[in-house]
Amino acid sequence: MRLNLKIWRQAGPDGAGKLVDYAADHVSPDMSFLEMLDVINERLVKQGEDAISFDSDCREGICGMCSLVINGVPHGPDRGTTVCQLHMRRFKDGETVTIEPWRARAFPVVKDLVVDRSAFDRIIAAGGYVSINVGGAPDGNAIPVSKQVAEQAMDSAACIGCGACVAACKNASAHLFMSAKIAQLSVLPQGQVERTTRVVAMIAQADADGFGSCSNEGECEAVCPKEIPISNIARMSREFTRAVFAGK
Amino acid sequence: MSSSKLDAKVPGGPIADKWDRHKFEMKLVNPANKRKYTVIVVGTGLAGGSAAASLGELGYNVLNFCIQDSPRRAHSIAAQGGINAAKNYQNDGDSVYRLFYDTVKGGDYRSREANVYRLAQLSVNIIDQCVAQGVPFAREYGGLLDNRSFGGAQVSRTFYARGQTGQQLLLGAYQSLMRQVHQGAVRMFARREMLDLVIVDGKARGIIVRNLITGAIERYAADAVILATGGYGTVYYLSTNAVNSNVTAAWRAHKRGALFANPCYTQIHPTCIPVSGDHQSKLTLMSESLRNDGRVWVPKKQGDKRPPEQIPEEDRDYYLERKYPSFGNLVPRDVASRNAKQACDDGRGVGDSGLAVYLDFKDAIARVGPETIKAKYGNLFQMYAKITDDDPYAVPMRIYPAIHYTMGGLWVDYNLMSNVPGLHVLGEANFSDHGANRLGASALMQGLCDGYFVIPYTIGHYLASTALPKVTTDHDAFGEAADNVQQRINQLLAVKGSRGIREIHRELGRIMWDDVGMARSAQSLTRALARIPALRDEFWHDVSVPGSPDNLNQSLEYAGRVADYLEFAELLALDALQRSESCGGHFREESQTPDGEALRDDDNFSYVAAWEFQGVGRAPALHKEALVFDEVHPTQRSYK
Ligand SMILES: Cc1cc2nc3c(=O)[nH]c(=O)nc-3n(C[C@H](O)[C@H](O)[C@H](O)COP(=O)(O)OP(=O)(O)OC[C@H]3O[C@@H](n4cnc5c(N)ncnc54)[C@H](O)[C@@H]3O)c2cc1C
Ligand code: FES
Repeated sequence: MRLNLKIWRQAGPDGAGKLVDYAADHVSPDMSFLEMLDVINERLVKQGEDAISFDSDCREGICGMCSLVINGVPHGPDRGTTVCQLHMRRFKDGETVTIEPWRARAFPVVKDLVVDRSAFDRIIAAGGYVSINVGGAPDGNAIPVSKQVAEQAMDSAACIGCGACVAACKNASAHLFMSAKIAQLSVLPQGQVERTTRVVAMIAQADADGFGSCSNEGECEAVCPKEIPISNIARMSREFTRAVFAGK
Repeated sequence: MSSSKLDAKVPGGPIADKWDRHKFEMKLVNPANKRKYTVIVVGTGLAGGSAAASLGELGYNVLNFCIQDSPRRAHSIAAQGGINAAKNYQNDGDSVYRLFYDTVKGGDYRSREANVYRLAQLSVNIIDQCVAQGVPFAREYGGLLDNRSFGGAQVSRTFYARGQTGQQLLLGAYQSLMRQVHQGAVRMFARREMLDLVIVDGKARGIIVRNLITGAIERYAADAVILATGGYGTVYYLSTNAVNSNVTAAWRAHKRGALFANPCYTQIHPTCIPVSGDHQSKLTLMSESLRNDGRVWVPKKQGDKRPPEQIPEEDRDYYLERKYPSFGNLVPRDVASRNAKQACDDGRGVGDSGLAVYLDFKDAIARVGPETIKAKYGNLFQMYAKITDDDPYAVPMRIYPAIHYTMGGLWVDYNLMSNVPGLHVLGEANFSDHGANRLGASALMQGLCDGYFVIPYTIGHYLASTALPKVTTDHDAFGEAADNVQQRINQLLAVKGSRGIREIHRELGRIMWDDVGMARSAQSLTRALARIPALRDEFWHDVSVPGSPDNLNQSLEYAGRVADYLEFAELLALDALQRSESCGGHFREESQTPDGEALRDDDNFSYVAAWEFQGVGRAPALHKEALVFDEVHPTQRSYK
């Protein structure tokens, strides 16, 4: 197949970026989307031209590093799929495909398709954990957790922190990301002690980092590669209200 | 025959008491003094992340580095199947001793007993720690922790969180780490690549990194340095490892004097999705846990091209069940991989390329229903379907072995310190616990054991018992190392040739897979030892590395890693040539039993081969650490 690509090129954080046309020839349907970009980059490299910068690492949908907006949709057309797992058989010969970085105030562009997501780390640092040190843990089976609760916690814990939810949201809100961690820890017995302080601290940090508020449009859920449910956001709001009433 | 460079410092006494006794004998750092010590931790995977968090909790001043944009993205995140621990929650006969025994045997009697015993002992604490952090491990209906079986063991001791165990364990460590960052105990430096080790007065005192965003060459000084930079599987180009995995940090430390042990011990995982074409950038693992329910088979007849559903039972060869009745589909990885290769070499491979075998879930689905299978392996089945466009609930998976893990690594003593004082090495980056073959679900165990439970003690001992005058980054040794790094970057950018970096890496991978892969011989290794330096010359004459050194330049990063692999690959092949026995994942065609199993030569090779760098293209010096087995008597491994 042959595709016409329009790819965002931006030299640095302060530079103005623009879409640049590239032709992708001999694309095999078995290629992943990123492998298709590898081939273009290999061509650019051989010509001595600056390769297109984009993030990726595991290339199997778990590290959360890859982060491309394809034809306006974070991670592209397949539901529940990171762009590194997207395959070219999903595209048609002759199609024009636009590739852009995540766009959000809290995720400034570093170069081309690479953005700075360190704000997510700061949100977790603010309270996304159980405050225990190594050494004092009781026996693993001393804390029974029902299968149903464990599964529910796991559904939320599956978040890969890619930031697609923020990129899809017109308010650039980090609510789906935050709510996943809050939901995981608020259903588990281990998370109870810091249940109120956690939600307050994480939301305050997200505000400080410039993420927007949630207006319940649901775009985040639609693009989440791990299909984290938006019901977590409602849970987070309840947790927050609960914390406020508890006077935290 | 042990060399004077290699004192493993294994404590005396019975094996079960060694660690306790050592903990008592080690010096402690006064709590008030910990803040005065700075420790550099390179890597944020299970090993590095857990080490940095624990040292921060103890009160050390920690500087933590990684190449990804966040510590949470270290390659450990990709581990699927599970983590072992000798909890014996299943009441099926497990014990610390059995885990120890299985690991030494699984490693084909090429690991250091005392380290393995400690690993088995501490395994139980890891699970406790992770549960307390809120890691959502799989549970039984009564609320207790669930287990599954992994290869090389006849007990169920593997704890898991769906098919995302590594992710959940790493997020547990990452969250503890971020808590320390929040408290100011750990300073995090993401998107930094370590490019040199700084040695002052014979001790590791700092590192040189490239800031991957600005291109700046930065210097960091410390009282001790910990490398937890993962494995070198991507020397084969195609592997199950993440694409940024590299040997660079370990290799640069090696060039500064750290010995590299057993580089030829590489693990080929039996169940990966087969290669589909030249464009392929990595291979995807299908977790070993699938062998709990999947049955491996090929057609009995050569060249049988019927689709799998049309091949009746009597025409199928479930070769693992046939040859190894007691372990069946759960034989260790090296055995499963070699048997898959044999079946394909025999002309009975399946799929278009003939380089695949079936992993069939039909019987399991009939037995427990598709929903149960989905609950256990849903994400793996989905991953398979996305890559191959086949539905594994309906047709058997096609799988083939791929490079997955590297048992070799920097040599360390019982304290996890290399021969360079102050340089400690944890996780997959060291050589210590898995001998010539790692059992499934034991890497996560080792990484967390090293980081949470070993290094917090042993580094204290080092710091408390060593004179460490203050060193700053103005020291000449920092200047020299920074210049060294800058020069290499300039050289890469100056070649301005015509060949792609990826193209050369792919070519290196092909040499390694063909000649230093699943089966090795003196002939293939000698050939590789001629081809690797030739390719290295070509790289330095004709590679094209575009762009500037002063900002994000992924071509430059990649070229640096490939350049190091082109040096390291030679050492790997040389080590494989030197070891003319077969053991574990290292299979020398000249050394096999009549039925094709790996044949060890204990009289001549019961040692760790630790190599000392002498210059690029110059023969390294070999140091040997003799392996002594007081507990487990080496025998021909049998899984029949
Ligand atoms: C697909 C897959 C599935 C697996 N499944 C399992 C399993 O089920 N059970 C099991 O026990 N094991 C499994 N393993 C093996 C296991 O995941 C790894 O061995 C283990 O996670 C390695 O951890 P680590 O901390 O040593 O290194 P890594 O997690 O690889 O971390 C390396 C760290 O070092 C950093 N780094 C590397 N180089 C540099 C540099 N030059 N400068 C700065 N930083 C650097 C990286 O940024 C990263 O933070 C699996 C492996 C793979 C590939
Ligand atoms: S590269 Fe890891 S999720 Fe896509």
